[in-house]
Amino acid sequence: MLATSDNTTSARWQQVARALLRALALAGLALVLLVLLLTLTGQRTGDALRALVNGAGGSWYAMTSVTLVRAIPLALAGLSVSLAFRAGILNIGVEGQLLAGAAAATFAALAAPTLGAAAVPLILMVGALAGAFWAGIAALLRRKFGVLEVISTIMLNYVALHTVGYLVRGPLQEPTRVYPQSFTIDARAQLPVLIPGTRLHWGLVIALVLAFALWWWLRDRAAGFRLRAVGLNARAAFSAGRIDVDRTTMGAFLVSGAIAGVAGATELTGVTYSLYENFSPGYGYTAIAVALLARLHPLSVLVTALLFGALEAGASAMQRDAGVPSVLVQVVEALLILLVLSNEWWQTRHRRLGEAGT
Amino acid sequence: MIDRHAKGPLPAAAEPSALSLNGISRHFGQVSALSNVSLRVNRGTVHAVLGENGAGKTTLMRVAFGLVKPNAGSIEVRGRTVRLSSPADALQSGIGMVHQHFTLVPAMTVAENVALGGRGLYSAQQWADKVRAIGDRTGLVLDPTARVADLPVSAQQRCEIVKALARDVDVLILDEPTAVLAPDEAQDLLRWMRSYANDGHALVLITHKLRDAIATATDITVLRLGKSVFSGAAGTTNEDELAAAMLGTGLAQPQPASNSHTTGPAPGGKRPAGGADAREPVLSARGVSVRDALGVARLSNVTLNVYPGEIVGVAAVEGAGQRELLRLVSGRLQPTTGQVTLPAHVGFVPEDRQNDALMLDAPLVENIALRGAGARTGRMPWSDFQHATSEIISQYAVKAAGAKVDARTLSGGNQQKLIVGRELANQPPALIVENPTRGLDFRATQAVHTAVRAARDAGTAVVLYSSDLDEVLSLADRVVVMHSGQLVEVPGDRIAIGRAMLGS
Amino acid sequence: MIDALLEATIRWATPFALAALGECVSERAGVINIGLEGSIIAGALGATVAAGLFGPTAGFAVGAVSGLAVALCFALFAVVMRADQIITGTAITMFALGLTGTLYRVIYGASGVSLTTPTTAAVAIPGLSAIPFVGRALFAQPPITYVLYGLIGLVAWWLARTQSGLALRAVGERPEAAAAAGISPVRVQFAAVLFAGAMAGLAGGTLVLAQAGTFVEQMSAGRGFIAIAIVVLGRWRPLGVAAASLLFGAAYTVQNLFQSLGLSEVPYNLFLAVPYVLTLVVLAAARGAASAPASLGRRQIESH
Repeated sequence: MLATSDNTTSARWQQVARALLRALALAGLALVLLVLLLTLTGQRTGDALRALVNGAGGSWYAMTSVTLVRAIPLALAGLSVSLAFRAGILNIGVEGQLLAGAAAATFAALAAPTLGAAAVPLILMVGALAGAFWAGIAALLRRKFGVLEVISTIMLNYVALHTVGYLVRGPLQEPTRVYPQSFTIDARAQLPVLIPGTRLHWGLVIALVLAFALWWWLRDRAAGFRLRAVGLNARAAFSAGRIDVDRTTMGAFLVSGAIAGVAGATELTGVTYSLYENFSPGYGYTAIAVALLARLHPLSVLVTALLFGALEAGASAMQRDAGVPSVLVQVVEALLILLVLSNEWWQTRHRRLGEAGT
Repeated sequence: MIDRHAKGPLPAAAEPSALSLNGISRHFGQVSALSNVSLRVNRGTVHAVLGENGAGKTTLMRVAFGLVKPNAGSIEVRGRTVRLSSPADALQSGIGMVHQHFTLVPAMTVAENVALGGRGLYSAQQWADKVRAIGDRTGLVLDPTARVADLPVSAQQRCEIVKALARDVDVLILDEPTAVLAPDEAQDLLRWMRSYANDGHALVLITHKLRDAIATATDITVLRLGKSVFSGAAGTTNEDELAAAMLGTGLAQPQPASNSHTTGPAPGGKRPAGGADAREPVLSARGVSVRDALGVARLSNVTLNVYPGEIVGVAAVEGAGQRELLRLVSGRLQPTTGQVTLPAHVGFVPEDRQNDALMLDAPLVENIALRGAGARTGRMPWSDFQHATSEIISQYAVKAAGAKVDARTLSGGNQQKLIVGRELANQPPALIVENPTRGLDFRATQAVHTAVRAARDAGTAVVLYSSDLDEVLSLADRVVVMHSGQLVEVPGDRIAIGRAMLGS
Repeated sequence: MIDALLEATIRWATPFALAALGECVSERAGVINIGLEGSIIAGALGATVAAGLFGPTAGFAVGAVSGLAVALCFALFAVVMRADQIITGTAITMFALGLTGTLYRVIYGASGVSLTTPTTAAVAIPGLSAIPFVGRALFAQPPITYVLYGLIGLVAWWLARTQSGLALRAVGERPEAAAAAGISPVRVQFAAVLFAGAMAGLAGGTLVLAQAGTFVEQMSAGRGFIAIAIVVLGRWRPLGVAAASLLFGAAYTVQNLFQSLGLSEVPYNLFLAVPYVLTLVVLAAARGAASAPASLGRRQIESH
């Protein structure tokens, strides 16, 4: 029963269509939840919604320079999370790995004037290495000491946060030594803008390329298959596949950290141009929602990252123009995860009811 | 098909039976697991429920223990109708159950396990006394302060029974109790059951072992495909008749070497040892010792050579080291000391297929692709895997909707056939199988046995372990016995093998 | 000086011990509750609101209820629907942090008006508090600490000496065995998670009513996760957990000590990172899950 090439192509289009429908359903659901929460907390729902929609996509500027720009770190962080989760590693530390990448990139930016055209790629690479290193600490603790990576990565998030707090008041602080933020990075260290007149930077291309690369790699390469196998069933991967589970998970953990580091580095070189205390408004945690809602599929991550980018762009506008606390959106994001979990449970009901021994 | 009911007089209902299942029916979706099954267990008797895997014994047991509600029928304990919606109800009603897969907490002591499920306060001293009292009364002696994890399997089973007895039950149901025991231990248990019944208690023995049923039971009921096809006193029937009832064949021609109901190894099942031609062994372990993570010795100075074209059967009680041995010779476990020589690829069919052999939430194609994934580089040739999967599906008659369905959708038997097909593809030089037919129905069991024999005939070196000694004896060309981590080859006499399993 | 440090240690350790004790019970039943952080922050906000209206005792009570409410959501997904415990817990924490932040701003205004609540003063137990060295440290604490002492003893006794405690331990080790003995693993786990939530809520209340005197967004600062590490260090035993909490209480005491000494050469921010680094060290030293309940984190209860 071979699948002919026609069947494969049409099956693929079906998959894409289903994924898009799912994305739309999620977006709709998010709006419904938002309205509910707004009403329940006594906000001016109409004004809030209008501010949200305007802030997210009401103008060319909103779409390119706010929504898409916010979507880029979410996409990269989301790819990081999804890769780790796919391998069965609960990397909740993307937030810290992202900060590590941004901090290292700030240091590297000091050398930018001497690096010429290679400055930006090198800085991004430094960010990747720093992210991998930060993840590596948790990976090592897991491998050598059996420490649950959930806890160690969360702890490392806090350590990273406070380290950044120290750095921006100490070694990296801006010249006037007044504000808790770093110097502004040299123009040669900055990611070029993609569309002139907007703030949309080349990070978008990086995110797109990375997403497609991961998708291809997971599907087509033996190493990608090994990663998926370990995530699906590590015991079977070892027993039936003779796969080196330790090596595979270590590799996945480090690559995940590297991608998170790139997220931090691109945010620094493309948007903020300096490091400061609240550099990440929780990208690492939102990325978990982004990844889960994309069912850990690299291409779907692009879509859910866009959705969340729009939500967060709208949230800022909502707070600014309608006085609604922007953390409300975090509630929506968390509720979306829970709804997805309930949906999974609902789908597998029939399997449980039908189960029986003989 | 021979269909008999109530042959010979069953004890008349002078007093209410200890347990009475009347007209029990249960279906799951389209599948009818039980159809109008009735069972009467009287005090002072052992009532055996005989049947193949898939005949409905397990469902009937689950109904009796409140795990599953019947679609029709009623349950009476000592004449009172009871409604069971949970194990707690069953226990309350006086139905005690000794489970096949032990329901003990390994980290806890015997006393704690026996006490589990009570109310109020827990006093270790009180329960220790109770355990000792039951030991004195019934002969099932245990140390109440011992940790269950430290006990040998036969003692763990004793603990299971004591747990049930501590509850003042009216009827005691034992589900495949001899499955994990060495032959001598099994005989001890069956003898105990008989004498306990003679003291006036009621016991139900659920088993697929004909000989056990005939030797021990007062009454026998045979289930096949969810129906009761025989019900009568044990003295009025014989092995052949029961076998025919269980398998639904015409007149009882004992199936040669294909099931574990007949006595001893069947004719034609044995072949001369393959090493006579001085061939090189395919698998070789020399002086191997294995210690686990806690430093406990699991294998001690084991030496084994397996030659092409033979099936080496491993006989052992649970925990004797066979688990480690199989993983050692399949390359999944490294020796602590000693040497192992293996070919590059060794097929492995582990006993826990869901956790160790399959990715349930992945399509069949990906499960097939799992083999060799550890060493593969470069691309994944998916079209090749598609071919391979289709071939396996057709060759082994795997009932699946296609190569792209998730492995989870297959039944246990079909999953196992798929796994066997995967491991045997491309004629591997060696194959290791561990309890390959556990939980499989007759047809699937046959298919697996046929495949294993065919591999042997084609020159594969096979090592086979089953906790069912009869299965080992019916398939193996020669038998090695594991006891306390040590391996010894025992010439094929069932009694000698049984003794060796216990270390004598 | 030493007894002042000891007193501070116990004072700082109290919320850790409360949350960890609750988590200990939950984990002994087989459920790892990453959403504990959410229960703490919910308890903190609930306590703030209630204490402002009705006083500290009501504050603690409402704090416990708020923590329990968050745990209820977690239990619904992780215990009843058997969803992945880690993912559920993470979502619940995000949810609680976001919701408390929102509600705080809605109730008290977007600019974070400096709000203060009455705090509970230390109450010295006559006689006991006169013991040299440890007297004041142990027995001159806010009342919630005495409640903690009682709870530690109660939980330890209950686990070892009651049938229900035995049942809970069995569920955490092998749920099938508990089920065969007539116990409902789902019910036991549900109750255990709710208890943990209530305790975490008390911990949150302690943060506000016995320490800070105010509510700040995200003030739980990872204590819920640290509590999970404390349970590992304490080997899943109530007394061990209490002792392990002291370690973290000491860490915070030292942190505050250095801060008050004004050692400006040593960076303040890096000191903030100390408790988290300590957690990593502790977890590594405790070598992970050697004596964890065998079925901790397991989703499926039936054996096949």
